[in-house]
Amino acid sequence: MTVITETASAPARSTWLTANVAGLVLLLLLGYGLVPLIGSDYLMDAVLTPFLALALAAVGLNVLTGYAGQVSLGSAAFLAVGAYAAYNLNLRLPGLPLLANLVLAGGIAAAVGIVFGLPSLRLRGFYLAVSTLAAQFFVQWALTKFGWFSNDNASGVIDAPVIRIGSLTFSSATGRYVFSLTTVAIATALTARLLASQTGRNFIAVRDHEVAAKVIGVPLLRTKLLAFGVSSFLIGVAGVLWAFAYLRTVEPAGFNLDRSFQILFIIIIGGLASLRGAFIGAAFIVVFPLLLSRLGAAVLGSLFDSGVLEMSQRIVIGALIIAFLIAEPRGLVALIDRAVAATRRFRSTRS
Amino acid sequence: MTTFRQAKLARRLTMGAVLALGLATSLPALTSPARADEQFFPLQSYRVGPYAAGGTGFFGGFIDYLNLVNIRDGGVNGVKLTWDEGETQYEVERGVEVYERLKSRPGVAAWNPLSVGIAYAMIDRISKDKVPLITINHGRTDSTDGRVFPYVFPLLLNPYSETSGIVNYIAAREGGPEKLKGKKLVVLYHGSPYGKETIPIYKLLADKYGFELEQIEVPHPGNEQQSQWLSIRRAKADYVVLRGWGVMNPVALKTAQKVGFPVDHIIGNVWSNSEEDVIPAGDAAKGYVAITTQASGAEYPVLQEVIKTVYGAGKGNLDDKKRIGSVYHNLGIVNGILNVEAVRIAQEKFGKRTLTGDEVRWGFEHLQLDPARVEALGAKGLFHSINVTWDNHEGNGRVTFQQWDGAKWKVVSDWISPDWAALRPIIEKSSTAYAQEHGIKIRTSGDDPVGQ
Repeated sequence: MTVITETASAPARSTWLTANVAGLVLLLLLGYGLVPLIGSDYLMDAVLTPFLALALAAVGLNVLTGYAGQVSLGSAAFLAVGAYAAYNLNLRLPGLPLLANLVLAGGIAAAVGIVFGLPSLRLRGFYLAVSTLAAQFFVQWALTKFGWFSNDNASGVIDAPVIRIGSLTFSSATGRYVFSLTTVAIATALTARLLASQTGRNFIAVRDHEVAAKVIGVPLLRTKLLAFGVSSFLIGVAGVLWAFAYLRTVEPAGFNLDRSFQILFIIIIGGLASLRGAFIGAAFIVVFPLLLSRLGAAVLGSLFDSGVLEMSQRIVIGALIIAFLIAEPRGLVALIDRAVAATRRFRSTRS
Repeated sequence: MTTFRQAKLARRLTMGAVLALGLATSLPALTSPARADEQFFPLQSYRVGPYAAGGTGFFGGFIDYLNLVNIRDGGVNGVKLTWDEGETQYEVERGVEVYERLKSRPGVAAWNPLSVGIAYAMIDRISKDKVPLITINHGRTDSTDGRVFPYVFPLLLNPYSETSGIVNYIAAREGGPEKLKGKKLVVLYHGSPYGKETIPIYKLLADKYGFELEQIEVPHPGNEQQSQWLSIRRAKADYVVLRGWGVMNPVALKTAQKVGFPVDHIIGNVWSNSEEDVIPAGDAAKGYVAITTQASGAEYPVLQEVIKTVYGAGKGNLDDKKRIGSVYHNLGIVNGILNVEAVRIAQEKFGKRTLTGDEVRWGFEHLQLDPARVEALGAKGLFHSINVTWDNHEGNGRVTFQQWDGAKWKVVSDWISPDWAALRPIIEKSSTAYAQEHGIKIRTSGDDPVGQ
C-alpha cells in the first residue's frame, strides 16, 4: 500500500538540524525539569503517562505502517502481549531486574509480532490488515482462555507490581511519569537511529515499490519481518508502560479492537512516516478529549448532565478530525510544518 | 494567496489558543478551599455506552437520595452533600482518569464506581489515599475481609453470597439440596472481570452438591449469543444462571426463546434483574426469575419522599419519570442510604463536620442498620438490613427472588440468607493470599491503625 510517495524531507535536513535539536533539548528539559516540578499528580498520572505509552505504541505502529507500508490492526494485541509478558516474567522470575524484564517483554511481543507478520509475505493492503486482525482476536482469546497468564486470578485482572530499578522505587506519580518519559525517550531515539540507517531506507523502499526494492537487492523477507519485529517490540514496551506505569491493573478486555484502531488513528492523524507525528497524534487523541471534557464540564457542566456532554465531545472531536484531514491529509505534522514555513515566509517578506 | 495563508495561520493559532486554554484550566488541580461543612461524593458514572441503563438508573437514584437529604434535612447534621460526575463509559482507563481528576477535591467521602474493572484498578490507589471504595452488590469478593482490605466495601451482597443464594434457591425449587445431584447447571457469564468473578465458587458448589456445571462466556457487550444458547440446548441444561450486564440480558432472554429454553428456568443474577433487562425482551421475559437485594416499586416511604421533595422541586435526576422505583433506581437509593448513614455514624464519633476518608471508613465499618432503623429511614421492604463490622465488609445483606409477570416484578420468596459461614473460609483463604502477595499486615482488631 503506497500511502505516501514522498520520503522524509531530506534536502531540508542539514539546515533544520540545529533547530530540531534545539527543540528536542527544550522539550526534554521541559519534560524532565518543569513538568515534575510544577505539574499536578493529575497531569502526570492521568494525562502524560498514558500519552507517553500510546505515543510509543504509535511510534511502533508507524515503523510498520508508516515506514514499511504494512497495515496492521493488531497493535492492541502486542500491547497486551507486552503487558502480560512483563507481569509473568516479574511473577515467575522474581530476581529479574525490571529493565531486563522490560526488554524481554518487548522481545516476546516481537516474537509474536514476527509470527503474525508472516502473512505479510503473501498479502498486501487490506488483506494484510484483515489477517493482522487474527493477532487481535487470538491474543485476547488466549489471555482469557488460559488462566495461567493471569496467575489464575478469578476475574482475569492482574495487579501490576510497583516499578523498582535497583534501590530506586518509582511509586509516586512523578516517579512513574519520569520512568515512562525515560523509556519512551530512549526507545524513540533508538528507533530514529534505526530509521536513519540502511534498514530504515529498506523499509521505505519496500513501502514505496516492493518489486523495485526487490530488484535493487532489498531482502524482502528479512525487511518485512524485521519491521514487524521492531514494531511489535516497541508496542510491547508501550504495553508494559500502560500496565505498570499507568493503569497498574490489566484485563484482556482493555486491549480490544478499539485500542488497535485508536493507535492506527493516532498515526493517521499525526502523520504517517513521522516520529513527531506519533507524538502529535497521541496528544490529539489522548490529551485533547480530556481537555475538551474538562472545558465542557467547567463551562456547561451545570446545564447538561455528563452523558450529553460526552456525546457532544465525540461530535466535536469527530468533526475536528475530518476538518484536520481535509486541511492536510498527511496529518497534523504536515499541517504544523506548513504553518511553520508560512510564518517564516511571512517574517522574511516583512523584514 | 498570502491572505489565504494568513487566514489559515490565524485559524491554526486560534486552535492553538483553545488548546492552551484547556491546558491552563487543567494544570492547577482544582483546589478551591475546603468549605467547613461539605462532604463530597465523586461519581464515576456512565450515562452513555452499552451499560447506560444501569448507569443512569443507579447514579440517578444515588443523586436523588443525596438531593433528598440536602433539601429535606439540610444535609447530614448540617453538613451539605456535594457531588460531581465524570463519564467513564464503564471503561477502566476512563475510570482511572476520573479518579485522578476528582481525588484532590476537599472532603471526599467515598467512591462508588459501579464497575468491577474500575474498582480493581482503584484498590491500590484508594488504599494509599485512605478513602473508602464502595462496590455495592458486586466487586472483588475477597475484599469482604476487612482485615486485609480496610478501605473496600462490597456492601450488601458480594458475588459469592449471590452465587450461594442462587444455588440455594434452585435447590429449594427442586425440593432440597440433595435433589441437586445430577442436575445440569449452565452459567452464562459476561466476559468481564465482573462476569468471571464467580467462576471458582460455582465450581466449588458443583463439587459440594454434585450437580453438573458448565460455564459459558458471552463476550462484551453480548449482543450476539446464538452459539452460546445452542450449546446450552446441546448440554440439556436444567437451569441457566444468567450472569449478565446491560444489553446482554434482553438478548439472552430473546435467544433463549428462539432456541426453546423455558424462561422460568433461567435465573438472573443481581445485575440481570432490572426492568431495563426484561422490557426490551418483551414476551420472552415473562416468567423470568432473578435475585435481588432491594425490591422494585415506588410505594416505599423514602421513594414517596424523593418523588415529592426532589422531583417536586424539579431537581430529580431521571429524565424518564417512569423509571422512578425501578430496580436500578432503587439500588441507587439504597446505595445513597448506606453512604449517608455511614457518614452519619462517623459524625457521631468524630464530630459534625466534613470528615476525612479514613473517618468515613470508620463509619462504614460500623454501618449497622437493623430492620427497625431501616423502617425509620422509610425503606422497610425496600431492603432488609445490613450489619457491617471491621472484618466483615459485606454486612450480611439478605436476598429475595422476584419474577417478571410481563408488567412488573413480583416477589416470589422471603428474605433469604446466603450461606455466609461456608463462604467465609474461602474468602479468607483468598484474602490472606492477597495480603501475602502485597505485604499487607492483617488487622487483628477494628482499632488497629490501617495502612499498608
